[in-house]
Amino acid sequence: MSDSLSKLEKRTAYTLVLPAVLLVFAIVLFPIFANVWISFKDIQLKDIRIPEPRAKKIVKSISDSGAELKVIYKLRNSSLIQEIRNVQFQDKFPKKISPTNLDPRCNFKSKKVICDFGNWEAKYRENFEIIVKNIDGKKIDKKKIKSQKPILSGEANNPLLTINFTLKNFKKVFYENNFVELLLTTFYFTFFGTIGAIIFGILAAQLVNQNIQGRTYMRGILLFPYVGPVVALAYTWTLLLDPNSGTLNALLVNFNILESPINLLGQKYITMSILGFEFKLRLALTTVIFFEIWRYFPLAFLFILARLQAIPKILYEAADVDGASPIQKFIHITLPQITAIISILFMIRFIWNFNKFEDIFLLTGGASGTRTLPINVYQQGFAVSDIGMGSAVSIVIVMLLLSFMIIYFRLIGKKANEV
Amino acid sequence: MKFKSLAIFLVISSVFLTCILSIWKIMSTLQGLNFTNLNITQVFLIGILLSLSSVLISNKINHLIKIFLISFSFSILYFYLNEESPYWYIVGVFFISLFFTNKLKKYNMQSLKEDFISEKIIFDFVTLLGIVFFAFVILFPFYIMLVTSFKTQIALLVNPLDFSLDFSKNLTELFKSYFVIFENYNFGRYILISSAVSIGTVIVTLLFAIPAAYSVARLNFFGKNFLSTSILIIYMFPAIVLVIPLYTVFSQLGLRNSIFGLLIVYTATTLPVAIYMLQGYFKSIPKEIEEAGIMDGQNWFGIILKIIIPLSLPAIASVALYVFMIAWNEFLFSLMFLDSPKSFTLSRAIQYLSGDAETPRQYLMAGSVIVTLPVLFIFIYFEKYLVSGLTAGSVKE
Repeated sequence: MSDSLSKLEKRTAYTLVLPAVLLVFAIVLFPIFANVWISFKDIQLKDIRIPEPRAKKIVKSISDSGAELKVIYKLRNSSLIQEIRNVQFQDKFPKKISPTNLDPRCNFKSKKVICDFGNWEAKYRENFEIIVKNIDGKKIDKKKIKSQKPILSGEANNPLLTINFTLKNFKKVFYENNFVELLLTTFYFTFFGTIGAIIFGILAAQLVNQNIQGRTYMRGILLFPYVGPVVALAYTWTLLLDPNSGTLNALLVNFNILESPINLLGQKYITMSILGFEFKLRLALTTVIFFEIWRYFPLAFLFILARLQAIPKILYEAADVDGASPIQKFIHITLPQITAIISILFMIRFIWNFNKFEDIFLLTGGASGTRTLPINVYQQGFAVSDIGMGSAVSIVIVMLLLSFMIIYFRLIGKKANEV
Repeated sequence: MKFKSLAIFLVISSVFLTCILSIWKIMSTLQGLNFTNLNITQVFLIGILLSLSSVLISNKINHLIKIFLISFSFSILYFYLNEESPYWYIVGVFFISLFFTNKLKKYNMQSLKEDFISEKIIFDFVTLLGIVFFAFVILFPFYIMLVTSFKTQIALLVNPLDFSLDFSKNLTELFKSYFVIFENYNFGRYILISSAVSIGTVIVTLLFAIPAAYSVARLNFFGKNFLSTSILIIYMFPAIVLVIPLYTVFSQLGLRNSIFGLLIVYTATTLPVAIYMLQGYFKSIPKEIEEAGIMDGQNWFGIILKIIIPLSLPAIASVALYVFMIAWNEFLFSLMFLDSPKSFTLSRAIQYLSGDAETPRQYLMAGSVIVTLPVLFIFIYFEKYLVSGLTAGSVKE
C-alpha cells in the first residue's frame, strides 16, 4: 500500500518538475555545453545559416507576338563555404504552355518542369534558361508566369554540426587578443565595483538603521538605481557626463572647479599628482566602476540593513552600560555581526560584476580601456562576427566562474558551516 | 575638554550647513540662476557663527522663537553678502537654516560636557550628511532625466545649465518630446510589446514554477537534492555566455525577432529564481493543512490549486513582481534577438534611438522616462512585496 503511494508520489513529482527542468535545460544548460562545441570550430556569423539553393526568376519576351518567352532563373548556392547535394528544381506553368529545347537535366510532365541539378559546390552560380511557347500562338501573360515561384530543395550539412574542429580560436584568445590586459581590466572592474558597492552599502545601511524620520522613504529611494531599467539609467549618465554639454562638466566649469570639461567616459587615462607622486588613473574605467557602484550598492544595502535590524538591541545597551563609544560599538558589535553576510555578498557581487555586460556596453561600448571579458564575447561574436572566437571567450568566462565558485566554497563555505 | 568638543561641534555642524547650502545653490543654478561661485569659506564662517549663537542662547528663550530669529538674521546676512538673488532663493536659504537650527536643539554648553560627545557629534552630523549625500546622488540623475525630456535641443545648447520649465507655454509644447516619440518613433507599439513580453513571462514562469517548487518543497523523489543545489548554481551563470549558442540556434529556427522566442528565454532564465523563492515559502506552510486536503480526496492538482496557491499569495505576488521587473528591464537578449523595429521592446527601442547621433537628447530622455516610470510606480506601490522578492532572489540579478 505505502509502496504504491510512494511510487505515485514519485511519478507526480516528476510530472510537476519536468516541464521546468526541460525548459531550463534547453535554454540555460544546453547553450553552456554548446559553447564548448562552437568554440572549437572555425565559424563566422555569416556561416550559421544552413545553405540553401535559391533562384531568382526573370521573364523576357523574345517574339513580337509575345507567344514565346524566355524564363531565366538565376540560380545560386546561398552559402560561400558549403556544398548542397542533390538539388531538385520544380516550376509550374499555366495550361497550354510548354517548354522547347529543354535542358537535358530536366523533363516536362503535367505542366511542371522538374530538374535534377545534382550537387552545387560553395558559391555556385548559374543562369538557367527555359524557353516556353504558347501552343495557341496567343500572347502569354508575363505576370502570371512571374508570379509562380519555383521550388528548390537540396541536402546540406548544418555548418554547426560538421565534425571539423580547430584550436585556432583558443590560440587567438590567448595570444592575439591582448589577453592579459583584458583579464586585468575585468578584474580591476570586478574587484573595485564589488568593494565599492559593499562599502557604500554598509554606509547606507548604517545611516538608515539610525532613528531618523522618514527612514522607510529613504529605504525606497536608495533602491531606485537598482530597480530602474539599465538602458534609461546608462543613457542618463552618459548625458550627465557628456564633455560638450553634459550637466556635470558644465557645473564644474561654471563654479571654476575645472578649467575645461573632462571626457569622463571617453578618455582612457588621466594623469593625477598626489603628494608629488604622479600616476595614471584609468579614467573611463573608473567612471564605469562608479556607475556600477551607484547601481548595485542598493543590493548590498538591503542585505546589510536586514542583518543590522536583526542584531539584538541588548548588545548595544550592554555596551552603553560599559561606556563604549559609538566607534567601539561599531567595531566590536556591528562588524562581527555582518561579516558573514558581507562575505556572501562579496561572492555574489563578484561573480555578477565579473559577468556584467549591459552597463559597460551602454556607457562606453567597451572603448577607452573598458573592454572586459563579457564585452569581448560580444565584440568577437557580433562586431567582428567570429562566432567561434566569441564562444571561446565565453568558455574562458565559464572556466573562471567555476574556479571562483570552487575557491569560494573551499574558503568560506566551511566557515559558514561552522558559524 | 569642553573647548575641544565645542570646536568640533562648530566645525562639523558648519560643514553640514555648507553642504546643504551648496546643493541648494547647485539646484538653483540648474533653474537658470547665474551663480558662478559656491562661496564655501563665507558660508562656512557664517555657519560657525550660527552654531555658536545657537549654543550660547541654548534654552534661554523659547525654542521656536530662537530658531526663527537665528534663521531670519542668517538669511538677511546671507542676502547682503551675496550676489543678487531672487527672493525664492533666499526663502529656500531661510528654510534650510530653520531646519539646521532645529537640528542643533539638543546641543548646549551642558551637553557638550558629556562622555564621547565629540564622537557623538561626528556620528550625528555624518548621518545627516550621509542622508543628504545619498539622496542627492541617487535622485539627481533621475531629476536630470525628467527635466531634460521637457527641454528643447536649442535651449540646452544655449545654456546647458538651465533646466527651468516654462509653464507659460501650453502643455502640448511642454510635452512635445513625448508626442514626437509616440507619433514618429512608434513608442506606443513598443510599450505594448514590452508589456506583453513581461506579463507573458510572469504568467508562464508561474505556470512552470509553482508545480516545480511544490514538488521540490514537499515530495520525495530521486535527484531532488541534486536539483535544488543545481538551481543555485544555474543562477550564477550569466546571460552573456548563453548568447552565442542561443543566437545561432534561434537564427536557424527562425525564432529571432519573435516575441515568442524572447518569452521562452526570459521564462527559462527567471525560472530558477522563481522556483527557489517559492519552494522556500511552500516549506513554511504547515503540512497538516494539505493532509486535510488529501483526506477530502483532493489530488495533487487540487491541493496546489485550492490550498497552496491561496495560502502563498504574498510569495507569489513578490515572485510575479520580481519576474516582471527583470523582464521589463532586460536588455541583453532583446539587443541580440531583435533587429527589426517591428518587434522591439522599449529598452531595445531606446538603444536603437541612441544609435542615431542625430536623435535629440530630449527624445532619448522622454523614452527613458517612459520605460522607467512603470517600474518605479510598481516599486513604490508594492515596495513591501518587491523588497522581499529582491532579498530572496538577489542571488540572481
